[in-house]
Amino acid sequence: MASSIPDPIIVARGLTKHFGQREAVRGIDLDVPRGGCFGFLGPNGAGKTTTLRMILGQSPLTAGTLTVLGLPVPAGIREIRARTGVVPQSDNQDPDFTVVENLRMYARYFGLKPVQVADRIEELLVFLELADRKDANVRELSGGMKRRLSIARALINDPELIMLDEPTTGLDPQVRHLIWTRLRQLKAAGKTLLLTTHYMDEAERLCDRLVVIDRGRIVTEGSPRDLIQQHVEPHVIELQGEAATILPVLEGIAGIRVLSVGETHYCYALELGPVVAGLQRVPQLQYTHRAANLEDVFLKLTGHELRE
Amino acid sequence: MTNLDTTLPHPRASAFTILLRNALVWRKLLGPSLAFSFGEPIIYLLGLGYGLGQFIGDVNGIPYFTFLASGLLAASAMNVASFEGMFSVFTRMTHQQTYDAILATPLQVDDIVAGETLWCASKSVLNTLPILVVATLLGAIQSWTAIGAIPVFFLVGLCFAGPAILVASFAPSYDFFNYYTTLLITPMFIFSGVFYPVATLPVAAQVIVNILPLSHAIALIRPLVAGLPVADPLLHLGVLTAYAAVGYVAATIFIRRRLIR
Repeated sequence: MASSIPDPIIVARGLTKHFGQREAVRGIDLDVPRGGCFGFLGPNGAGKTTTLRMILGQSPLTAGTLTVLGLPVPAGIREIRARTGVVPQSDNQDPDFTVVENLRMYARYFGLKPVQVADRIEELLVFLELADRKDANVRELSGGMKRRLSIARALINDPELIMLDEPTTGLDPQVRHLIWTRLRQLKAAGKTLLLTTHYMDEAERLCDRLVVIDRGRIVTEGSPRDLIQQHVEPHVIELQGEAATILPVLEGIAGIRVLSVGETHYCYALELGPVVAGLQRVPQLQYTHRAANLEDVFLKLTGHELRE
Repeated sequence: MTNLDTTLPHPRASAFTILLRNALVWRKLLGPSLAFSFGEPIIYLLGLGYGLGQFIGDVNGIPYFTFLASGLLAASAMNVASFEGMFSVFTRMTHQQTYDAILATPLQVDDIVAGETLWCASKSVLNTLPILVVATLLGAIQSWTAIGAIPVFFLVGLCFAGPAILVASFAPSYDFFNYYTTLLITPMFIFSGVFYPVATLPVAAQVIVNILPLSHAIALIRPLVAGLPVADPLLHLGVLTAYAAVGYVAATIFIRRRLIR
């Protein structure tokens, strides 16, 4: 392996998954580089979780090829799983076990005996700030603690690849920040993170590179910064209110793009000056200005209708 | 348009990790588990055994108390494995998502089903043994050969584990298990010779009862408990083994379909 460019940790070609008539994943090509954090962004039902399940050998491919850690799926799935950690979307610890018993049992699934992982468990409990709850029953844990336990469990086999399916959904800001800090530390330690999320702030904070998936296809790929520069104007003015009042005002301003999601109206512009001048003609209008972010890319590429 | 993976099960030694997991949970929930498996058979044994036993005396040369105890032991092995294979497997497969967690590790579906099957059989032994102890204390056990019934509990557990896990693989909810219990488990309990000899049934009914496995379990356990020679042991062992094998293979194939999709 003298190659100067490291092999990608995941390679997919024409990855396809059908459930009966429903085409969940429609021919995805993917090269996830080794190291750093790679994001899968997309609305609900876009095919993110199905793709993760295929990578783990939990969902047979309808068509295409998939190589993970240099091993083919599904033939190499045992070794792939042995070298991968998974944080699932919903916490699925054993409710009858305590925190530490969960970690010990999970280690056994990797063929690791309790004595072999005793030190590692202590480290992981400290790393995820669960040390004082080690003997608590899982049923007694808060949502944030359960999620931290899921992350600790995913690290029990010292994986090279860590897959996280919406890791901070439903958590309070303090826990989210703790998790983000830990994920950055894992990245710094050389792990590869594969993250699905529909939180754009999370993707912007963590991902070095990401793909936007919609309706089973990759819509775009790049770093968060590149995607923002490539797809949206740098200035965003947000207005709240009824479309009937606001849209006529915006129609009078030249050189802008308007996107309405319910009663929120996004006004995208290359230059800030003309927009502000136009808006100030209507003094009662309330607006906020911000820099373009990944959410704007997401809305532009995946549309703004509701997805269930 | 589901393609069934009908290759024969190829479990690995890691199936024993599933067995260990379930044993550790069982140890934590020992009280409720034993109360559930133990309470009803003991009530039948005391209520019917002492009550009816006075009128009935001996059946086929066996005191009714012993006759009934041996039938209840076989039924207990059946019930324990059936309920574990249905309710507990379903819970781990759906609500607890235990199998999803396990399928992120090197274990595979075949390991899970093999582990669960072994566990159902182990639990049949663990939860039926206390009934054997109590029956012994009550004087229902006639011979030391009753110890030979313990491996039979395991085989009976294996025999009922596969079909129960198979039923769980099709279940949309817990209510679905009513079909299996009402249509198969309860009729077997009543008609297969737990309470009276199968020979008292009409011939047609005897044929059906002899196709189903519980009568064969009783045909092995009853003479061992009564200290009598076992008639046709290979036939009865063969029927139980055949149910165990077919049930296990079918359960593996359909649990694969449920989990790997």
